[in-house]
Amino acid sequence: MQSADVIGSGFSETPKLNYLTNGTTLKSWLLTKDHKRIAIMYLISVSVFFLMGGIYAATIRLELLTPASDLLETGTYNKVFTQHGILMIFFFLIPSIPAVLGNFLLPIMIGAKDLALPRINLLSLYLYWLGGAIALYGLMQGGVDTGWTFYTPYSTTFSNSYVLAVGVGIFINGFSSILTGLNFIVTIHTMRAPGMTWFRLPLFVWAMYAVSLVMILGTPVVAITVLLVAIERVARVGIFDPAIGGDPILFQHMFWFYSHPAVYIMVLPGMGVVSELISNFSRKKIFGYEFIAFSSIAIAVFGFLVWGHHMFVSGQSIYASMVFSFLTMVVAIPSAIKMFNWTATLYKGSIDFSTPMLYGLGFMGLFLIGGLTGLYLGAIGLTVHLTDTYYVVSHFHYVMVGGQVVAYLGGLHYWWPKMTGKMYSEFWGKTSAMLVFVGFNLTFFPQLILGYMGMPRRYAAYPPEMQVLNIFSTAGASVLGIGMLMPVVYLLHSLVYGKPAGDNPWRLPGLEWRTSSPPPTENFEKMPVVTWEAYEFGEDNGLDLEEDRRRDLAPVG
Amino acid sequence: MAKDPEHVHMEHDHMTIPKYLGVFAVLVVGTILTYWVATIDLDFIFPGANTLVALLIAFTKMACVMLFFMHVYWSPKLIWLAVVASFFWMAIMFAFTMADYFTRATGVFTT
Repeated sequence: MQSADVIGSGFSETPKLNYLTNGTTLKSWLLTKDHKRIAIMYLISVSVFFLMGGIYAATIRLELLTPASDLLETGTYNKVFTQHGILMIFFFLIPSIPAVLGNFLLPIMIGAKDLALPRINLLSLYLYWLGGAIALYGLMQGGVDTGWTFYTPYSTTFSNSYVLAVGVGIFINGFSSILTGLNFIVTIHTMRAPGMTWFRLPLFVWAMYAVSLVMILGTPVVAITVLLVAIERVARVGIFDPAIGGDPILFQHMFWFYSHPAVYIMVLPGMGVVSELISNFSRKKIFGYEFIAFSSIAIAVFGFLVWGHHMFVSGQSIYASMVFSFLTMVVAIPSAIKMFNWTATLYKGSIDFSTPMLYGLGFMGLFLIGGLTGLYLGAIGLTVHLTDTYYVVSHFHYVMVGGQVVAYLGGLHYWWPKMTGKMYSEFWGKTSAMLVFVGFNLTFFPQLILGYMGMPRRYAAYPPEMQVLNIFSTAGASVLGIGMLMPVVYLLHSLVYGKPAGDNPWRLPGLEWRTSSPPPTENFEKMPVVTWEAYEFGEDNGLDLEEDRRRDLAPVG
Repeated sequence: MAKDPEHVHMEHDHMTIPKYLGVFAVLVVGTILTYWVATIDLDFIFPGANTLVALLIAFTKMACVMLFFMHVYWSPKLIWLAVVASFFWMAIMFAFTMADYFTRATGVFTT
């Protein structure tokens, strides 16, 4: 056992072997049970999928630069936006924060040596690779043109594209998600260090717990749905196709029972990251810890009750729509609780505008727009006008890219010194964060207006009077693309040329900052004992953070 | 969390091979019963009665698998909570979906 002061900020003697140097062969990586190595392999994998999805996004924006369908044929365009959605959602957005940052940090943040089920963790990675490989096979053979939602009866009856192969890929990938969620829940219940009570857990861990519940309870339903699509497509059993006795709206019920909570699988971890960033870079205990923690659970629960708001114009009963509309308004409350608490945390905080914080503040602005535009779509009258327009596309991207991706980038910059032991260039980091924020708004705000004007989504051509806003959007996408590619360059550059980060470069009290950078394979030299509250910047945290910080800020000489 | 060896031993004592075979027999009978019921038109009771009977048999079989094969019957309360929660979640899906089906034909301004 070790007390807080023993493993305090003075802990700087780097162990001879860290998780990166403890075995350097390919086998030592591919057969590792170390959660940190698995996280790094996830990081590389999701980045590849993000790059592929990004190339599809760039192609879409290039096509929409002109009103005519002149770059791509309409059939090809259908495949391009479908594959953009499939790669981004199933293979980047859903796994990125839990599988990369969650895997790497969750055990360290609770003071554990590893996840509770390390072999299962490696299995999750292999299932992700297998699912991804099968989906990519489908895409390379000819691709899918159904939209990422695979709506029936088009997907089961009419589409001649590789629905089955991609469906199998997503089905297998779902099990990776389930196993990761299961692993996190067991770990949080059973592996917390002495003194790490539930209400001392960092809010990132609470978010991981909430998202794990959604993964376990929701993902099997989409797996079954995809399986039913396959059964109907192959064996012609009437499940969704009305021609053989099925109901296409049943598909939408089953699909959205998972896929709406999946939106929370994507954004809840982002909220967890932002809670860390806002509190730590304001150097202030987070305002309303319990409210933020329980609002994560509330979002996970209420997120399961609102799926029908995707079906307001599908032929769903108007009475069901009324209930779903009301519940959609209700689910805004826990999200708003988080926003208000983050704002209150900033109030009178000692705000440090480092790169991760810029991303955190960017999240707050973008998620605010994403959330509020969602209320318009949740109103059953207005949504008739807005359904299937670019308004929906923009709202979704404000939540998913402005929310999840920005939070992911913020988290990656925040924990990069811990993961690699190296510091990146703050100048380029800040430049990139600001380019992402500006580029994002330039891309997607015009789309809100275009959608309200009636521009439908999923068409390669549009009326000429809408070209100006589309040019703005494509120009914004270029800025956004540069902003997102820059971290690839300067983060990789930092691996070789970056300054050593030290164990606690941000001078923070969390457990992850009390071990070496990069951490040893066992995470801590000795089992930590937690005697301080979460986000404790006072004297009770056992560290002398302010003294360290003053020394950092003091003029040299 | 690791269990003490005595506890693990006791857990295995609950199910013997004859008991496993007994549960297996229930599952086989359930499958045959599902097939047999499907050959009889039960719509004279109410439309869709066949589906309800098939679902009841399926739920019984699922309960047997969970309680005995998966040892939930002898598991701690936390495991029971997880099981009950997943059924509750499934009930949400059924209830809200059925809310659509039962009221889809009813207009707002008509009776």
